[in-house]
Amino acid sequence: MREYLLGNAAIARGLLEAGVGLVAGYPGTPSSEIIETLVDLKSERPLHVEWSVNEKVALEVAAGASWTGRRAAATMKHVGLNVAADPFMTLAYLGVGAGLVVICADDPYCHSSQNEQDSRRYAQFAGIPCLDPANPGEAKEMTVFAFELSEKFNIPVMLRPTTRVSHARADVEIGLAKATSGQCRFVKNPARRVALPSHARPLHSELLAKQAAIEEALESAPWNRLALHGNVGIIASGIAGMYAKEAIFELDEDLSFLCIGTYPLPKKLISRMLEHVSRVMVIEELEPVVEEQVQMLARKVNPNVEILGKEGFIPREGELDYLLVRNAIARMLGKTEKLALESPAVSILPPRPPSLCAGCSHRATYYAMRKVFGKNAIYPSDIGCYTMAVGMGTVDTCLCMGASITLASGIRFGGENEGICCSLGDSTFLHGGMTGLLNAAYNKARITVTILDNSTTAMTGHQPHPGTGMTATGEATVQVSIEALAKALGAGLVETVDPYDLDQTIDSFQRAKEYPGLSVIIARQPCVIKARRSGARPKPLHVGADCKGCKICLDFGCPAIEFEKDMARINALCTGCGVCAAICPASAIQEVAR
Amino acid sequence: MRTSECDIVIVGVGGQGVILISDVIGRAAVIAGKPVCGAETHGMAQRGGSVINHTRIGCRFSPMVASGGADVLVALEPGEALRFAHFLSPEGVALINTRPVLPSTVTCGKADYPPLSEILAPLKARCCNVIAMDATALAEKAGTAVAMNVVMLGALSRYIPLSEELIIQALSLVVPPRFLEANKKAFALGKAEVE
Repeated sequence: MREYLLGNAAIARGLLEAGVGLVAGYPGTPSSEIIETLVDLKSERPLHVEWSVNEKVALEVAAGASWTGRRAAATMKHVGLNVAADPFMTLAYLGVGAGLVVICADDPYCHSSQNEQDSRRYAQFAGIPCLDPANPGEAKEMTVFAFELSEKFNIPVMLRPTTRVSHARADVEIGLAKATSGQCRFVKNPARRVALPSHARPLHSELLAKQAAIEEALESAPWNRLALHGNVGIIASGIAGMYAKEAIFELDEDLSFLCIGTYPLPKKLISRMLEHVSRVMVIEELEPVVEEQVQMLARKVNPNVEILGKEGFIPREGELDYLLVRNAIARMLGKTEKLALESPAVSILPPRPPSLCAGCSHRATYYAMRKVFGKNAIYPSDIGCYTMAVGMGTVDTCLCMGASITLASGIRFGGENEGICCSLGDSTFLHGGMTGLLNAAYNKARITVTILDNSTTAMTGHQPHPGTGMTATGEATVQVSIEALAKALGAGLVETVDPYDLDQTIDSFQRAKEYPGLSVIIARQPCVIKARRSGARPKPLHVGADCKGCKICLDFGCPAIEFEKDMARINALCTGCGVCAAICPASAIQEVAR
Repeated sequence: MRTSECDIVIVGVGGQGVILISDVIGRAAVIAGKPVCGAETHGMAQRGGSVINHTRIGCRFSPMVASGGADVLVALEPGEALRFAHFLSPEGVALINTRPVLPSTVTCGKADYPPLSEILAPLKARCCNVIAMDATALAEKAGTAVAMNVVMLGALSRYIPLSEELIIQALSLVVPPRFLEANKKAFALGKAEVE
């Protein structure tokens, strides 16, 4: 049976068809739908699915299950692998029990990310095989194959979809979910499970020694396809292979073509291509991982072959597309390039950037924060919806998960004497902020930390976390108190506020500002999207005749407030949070009487 | 040489239901036994930003429509039609909902929203087949303004190589049963608009 599936849903189906026993991950675009789909499909087969606290935790939980004999996978976005890099590197030495797959979704062009790092480099660095799917169908097949490969060579395997695979849809063949084996046990084996130096040294040799066998096995994988035709060739990897295939078809040229989907690279196929052609173009997104290997092989196989790629033809940043690839090939062949059309008169359009929702409590918190700390204060921020408030003047930095607190500490110790008030979300705090708060307390950083607690992981689609009292599968669990955590980590002043209550929030920020040590403000109000979905319907507001047209409410920036005929107007987006009513100097904004 | 049977670009604003249209078309294509692929916008851009969806029927290549390659451009919002007009083939057709959704840059007075005529004129200069309709009003007539996307799906159904029967069959897989009748009505109103 075929189904029209999102790439991430296809990967989830692949996990079920491989008989996976445990999947752990931390949400991150473009990877989040893998676990969300598994939660929906869980009834098909018993399976432990969890949102872990962060990616490092997810990978370690998955490794534990693998060592207990269950096939296991960890899911994350590319920058999540930086967090999980510690276990990732050493797991390559220690190996697996049952198959262990690291699903790491890259985001060329930073559609929803802070950088566009190429995870194929990580796989190469760790000595871990990497499968690079070109479409949802391949992603599903590769997921099943990854477990077999992992078990055959006793090594974790990386599956590396990109945004245009994870968030592509295609007709995909669906198979049956495979049953997991029964009772599993952790078998003690210190030489392979305890990374002491004396164990690690021989394991490193073993890791290096098995590379040739892995390469040999991957050479014949169905995703590496060589078609020898004319004496000009194209080598393309992952989704770039799709663009190249389309371009070769459209240009109707007799080109030799090598499509690559696995790493370590199929060196024999590359060598055959290099022996056959006089000129070859390497097409891949981001880093020249394939190109560098092709250059090295050419020295041995055919030093006269001309190799084109990142230099002058294929950009090393951003994502590729069909037209870009087509034109690169056309330029190599001396054929006419197709101009990309531009939208006519697009300059008359107003920009439509993503923004905080109407009624979002982050806006209210930032308003109060700015009111108290002023424009000269320093506002380190973090990764989450609230980064979109950069226009409010309360987002001075965004580096990586949890870095708001640590940057704030460093800015203080670096010599900054102005007020420092940093902010991060609840999920981000639990992911990577707790150690930073502990460090700030321990090293006596005089800063204010604001936890923007909307009781969910909003940006990535409202996943639960330890502060919500609910697991990935919707089961009730312990609800961790962020107040108790902050106190236990050493914060001197800890206050919780409702950001919709502007006066109370301003008072709290005032006390935090004056506090001579580390202060924590927890601004708690459920995400408006979640609140609406769970049926909350507060009374909307309207602007009365007292409006003076001062535009103070407009500067607040809520999309529910418009300006029409010298007066403010509240539109249908209003969620009734009431913050604008508190801001209005003329008290012209009131609840609609029902 | 064509690399697909029919290329569709669907644009709008996060929350308008762009993905539903492509999901229905994709499912209908699968029922028809045609290869189909597409690409969507998730994540940050969904928060009130512009969204774009590519759907390619009868295609075994990449999921994205090339610049100037769309046989049909479906816009759930007029400004977004213009923003993504570079995808539209000069021989293609543009189906446009005329009801604007004002971006926050306009509501807070930092930018102006152009009149509809100024949005449609450059589109008509680019492509001879521009069809504008108040799909939101039609959806209200069908019983629910939320079904605006299904009105546009009805209009789109006339321009794609899939039978109405299959599209309705796919629609019933996606829409909750209690909303199916209103959605069928919305579909019919959209289709009538282009007949």
